[in-house]
Amino acid sequence: MTAEDDAFTALTVLSDPVRRKLYRHVAASVEEVGRDAAAEAVGISRSLAAFHLDKLVAAGLLAVSFRRLSERTGPGAGRPAKMYRPADGEHTVSLPPRSYDTVGRLLAGVVEKAGLDRELQAAAKAAGAADQDAAAGDLVEVLRSRGYLPYWDGGTLRLKNCPFHALADDFRALICGMNLALIEGMAPEGWSAEVEPCPGGCCVALRSKTNFHWL
Amino acid sequence: MTGFHLAQVNVGRSVAPLGGPELADFVAQLPEINALADRAPGFVWRMVDDGGEDSTALRPDGDDDLLLINCSTWESVEALKDFAYHTDHLRVLSRRREWFQPLGGPHQALWWVPAGHRPSVAEAMGRIAILRERGSGPQAFTFRDPHSAPVAAT
Repeated sequence: MTAEDDAFTALTVLSDPVRRKLYRHVAASVEEVGRDAAAEAVGISRSLAAFHLDKLVAAGLLAVSFRRLSERTGPGAGRPAKMYRPADGEHTVSLPPRSYDTVGRLLAGVVEKAGLDRELQAAAKAAGAADQDAAAGDLVEVLRSRGYLPYWDGGTLRLKNCPFHALADDFRALICGMNLALIEGMAPEGWSAEVEPCPGGCCVALRSKTNFHWL
Repeated sequence: MTGFHLAQVNVGRSVAPLGGPELADFVAQLPEINALADRAPGFVWRMVDDGGEDSTALRPDGDDDLLLINCSTWESVEALKDFAYHTDHLRVLSRRREWFQPLGGPHQALWWVPAGHRPSVAEAMGRIAILRERGSGPQAFTFRDPHSAPVAAT
């Protein structure tokens, strides 16, 4: 099978709306998700959730680990629970085929070599500020629609996903600097963006200086 | 523990002399960023000049008064990556072009040293030269092409 066939196979599994809900729930969860929690979140039975979750695993969209949910070990502790998380890897389908990632990589290489970090950040900040929805006020929703998978951690808004992951891996300073500027552009007055470690996610963390009602 | 630490060297040619207004913001942030490195998980050591605070008085190329060097050792590639890209160091890094000129060739190199070894300026510059001449390999590599630590003889 070609990479395109793989992507089609994976995405076909998501045509089922229940599976789609389950996938989104697991993808957006900060921690691994067990069958009970997934079933409850989506409003289906545990056995149905287990069936669909394992279909998502077979399609390569979710990965599995086993964990004891209780402190007990040894005989009588019961079987470890099956926990689900998003699988590594990316699936892209474009019809007709497009290759914007190739363009992105080439452009990033040239911008990096030319030392145009500041120009890129200025453009990113302007693009963020020009986002109509961000200007309208719901930063969380804007970040969600742009694929950051935002979640609240106490009074801090963290981002579980990096939408620029592969490029950021190859051009850290350039792409993370651009991303920080983009988010700062989107963030309304009163928010501050900080950089904190977030393995696998986006390391920008946002705090509201004024909106304490978020807490 | 592998018995090896990751060494990293980074050179940059500043856009103007260190004491001037162009570099003022950079210089002002150095103590905070160095302190951040010193307490970062997996940090082992960083090169300092005779002043003992940082390495800004060192000139790795005697003919180039604007070339600055920065060298440190870490427990792992991940530890260095976490500090470099997942802390407020990234903020400073993202402003690099305000203070440093883009260099034509490699400006950074990674290599493994026996745990406890503290690279000299000459050793560090030698690794950048290896990277420039031979490309990335076990003797000098980049984040894009990491090599694992040598297997310690037991």
